[in-house]
Amino acid sequence: MEDFGKERVEWTRKDLLGLEGLSKNEIYAILDLADGFREVSTRSIKKVPALRGKVVVNLFFEASTRTRISFELAGTRLSADVINFSGASSSTVKGETLMDTARNIQAMGVDILVLRHPCSGAAYQISRGVTASVVNAGDGAHEHPTQALLDIFTIRARLNRVEGLKVAIVGDVSHSRVARSNIWGLQKLGAEVYAVGPPTLVPRGLAKMGVKVSHYLDEILPEIDVFNMLRIQSERQDQGLFPTIREYSRLFGLNRERMKRVKPEAIILHPGPINRGVEITPDVADGPQSVILEQVANGLAVRMAVLYLVGTRVTQPLGTPQHPAPAVLPAAGGPEA
Amino acid sequence: MSEKRFVLVRGGRLVDPATGRDGTGDLLIEGTRIRALGHFELPSAEDTLVVEASGLIVTPGLIDMHVHLREPGNEEEETIWSGSRAAIAGGVTSVACFPNTEPALDNEAAAEFVVLQGKRANLANVFPVGAVTLGREGVRLAEMGGLARAGAVAFSDADRCLRSAEVMRRGLLYARLFDLPVIAHCEDMDLRGSGVMNYGRVALNLGLPGIPDVAEDIVIARDLLLAEITMATLHIGHMSTRGAVDLLREAKAKKLEVTGEVNPPHFALTEESLVTYDPNFKLVPPLRAAVDAEALIRGLRDGVIDVISSGHAPHSTEEKELEFVYAPPGVVGLETLFPVCYTVLVERHGFSLLKLLEKLTMNPARILRLSKQRGSLAPGMLADVSVFDISKERVVRSSEFRSKSRNTCFEGWRVKGTTVHVFVSGRCVFQDGEFC
Repeated sequence: MEDFGKERVEWTRKDLLGLEGLSKNEIYAILDLADGFREVSTRSIKKVPALRGKVVVNLFFEASTRTRISFELAGTRLSADVINFSGASSSTVKGETLMDTARNIQAMGVDILVLRHPCSGAAYQISRGVTASVVNAGDGAHEHPTQALLDIFTIRARLNRVEGLKVAIVGDVSHSRVARSNIWGLQKLGAEVYAVGPPTLVPRGLAKMGVKVSHYLDEILPEIDVFNMLRIQSERQDQGLFPTIREYSRLFGLNRERMKRVKPEAIILHPGPINRGVEITPDVADGPQSVILEQVANGLAVRMAVLYLVGTRVTQPLGTPQHPAPAVLPAAGGPEA
Repeated sequence: MSEKRFVLVRGGRLVDPATGRDGTGDLLIEGTRIRALGHFELPSAEDTLVVEASGLIVTPGLIDMHVHLREPGNEEEETIWSGSRAAIAGGVTSVACFPNTEPALDNEAAAEFVVLQGKRANLANVFPVGAVTLGREGVRLAEMGGLARAGAVAFSDADRCLRSAEVMRRGLLYARLFDLPVIAHCEDMDLRGSGVMNYGRVALNLGLPGIPDVAEDIVIARDLLLAEITMATLHIGHMSTRGAVDLLREAKAKKLEVTGEVNPPHFALTEESLVTYDPNFKLVPPLRAAVDAEALIRGLRDGVIDVISSGHAPHSTEEKELEFVYAPPGVVGLETLFPVCYTVLVERHGFSLLKLLEKLTMNPARILRLSKQRGSLAPGMLADVSVFDISKERVVRSSEFRSKSRNTCFEGWRVKGTTVHVFVSGRCVFQDGEFC
């Protein structure tokens, strides 16, 4: 277990900010490494010394139980020193800018910063201000890469492949970071992704991301291999994006009736926490096709893999771009090369 | 030097859209006014300041009808003095200051304060834009008569769209009393919602709430209809969509007294610039799609869009270091107005200098009712004159700005168009790239 580095592709990224910029091989590198780490959890002593002496800070500006505990456990099992900081407040409330927060963390000599933040792009913005590795644990409606990785890991473990599968992401795709990361990751690995929900939550424009848009769950039920049922936020009802939870559930909830028309080998994922009886009925959530608890167990292995890779990355020479260059249109009068 | 009776700007390329002139010659200033254009011997050596302009272009001082100088209220971001310096450094000799100050420019005394601070700075001509409604709250009309008496050149509620069509209608009607335009910020606030960038593919990828282009078009359509029934003078501020250009084109075909304006970021950049979540690309209206930028350039070329203004909106670095959704929108622009316009429109899109400069001099002068005195090099006009070097390329560096703020979206751009000399009412305020 201590020689993970030997057969994997060379990991050079400082950060894991999202799956949009990753290559297929990088995603496989994480999944394969996570496969190895899953075994650690079955030992009586559940610890390896891979990140001994490294400091991991879990900086959570938004409520989270499972993701924070999962990252905390992952860091601990890799023998890192793990510090947790939770604050519901955003930086504007504290009167400190996001960049100031980053500079303070930098000054404390942190190696890996795991960031959860309610604003899209927060992990991106912070990563530019610190030399520590930044792992995005969810930024606004942008990305939640480790959730998608554990979803894909679970799909691969259950169905032995990803390529060619039809995966339906059902719910508030428009506001979902889980959906975005899944869309990028699954498409890179060759899956066919469907976005399903009412037009107010699943706009036609999503087709520009390469997905198939459907507003009728019943139409696609029989052809789907994987259902990923997103958690529906009641605040979207308050915003008037759909009339009632009751109607949402009737149109887009997975229940026993609908399960009759689903492939017998199809699996059901949910990023949690479940609204039982809303996006999924209890009998389906606890039924044989549900892999919801496997997702949680796999999440730990995936997060160990991610922390390990960014924490022991092959160091690049200074000045190597970590992010896509900003696309600026005019050829003449564009920014300096 | 300004004690001398004459200034002779010698051997430059004189470009003046108001008279259609574009050719090499000398410009003679006597006192505060332009005396003559042509080829002169020195009137008298000891009485004349001679400024060499060969190889340079000599234009009417630029008139920027959309700037926010933040005074009173937010002097840490800009003051009328620092903003005037930024203007002059950009070759802008007249600015119209928007009323979204604290307190708002909604009364005669507030407008007079802006005029007074402009006189104290003693650089550019500083004109206030008065609020349409008290406190810019969109309810009761401000005392436009008092504002006009204090020197207001237009009325606007700045970055607040008048929600009530009826209040807008009354504002347009009442402004007619003083023969001044209403400058509309066209944005349906419900459709904008919590949006922070253009609605579209890029916003979907970034997980940022979008502002649809119809949020702008709907209100422009409404305001153009109101201008028609009131026969008022309406100027559409910072247009950003292809729909806006089409609507304005139709309204002009009906011979309405309506005009429109664009800020350089909206035709020089697109929503793709936001992929790094850099708040320096956050604007209202937002940077749009490439088809919109192209439509704006077409609108400028065929004359539908009358004016290019900077939309100069200074913000402190602290504010622009916030999370993207919390960072305030807006960018500075006085010091990049001419170079970006020249580089994008003349160099890249083949505009003539006359075409570009009409949007920066003659047209804003006409709309703000300044054209009897300013906006042209014709003899008898006040001698607001800018001299630019368009031969040398340079790099935009915000650290070199005279503005107090650094929030530019053109950092690192290679541009042509450097301010060399500037005269305001015949007085040399900027010579050889330095303040006099």
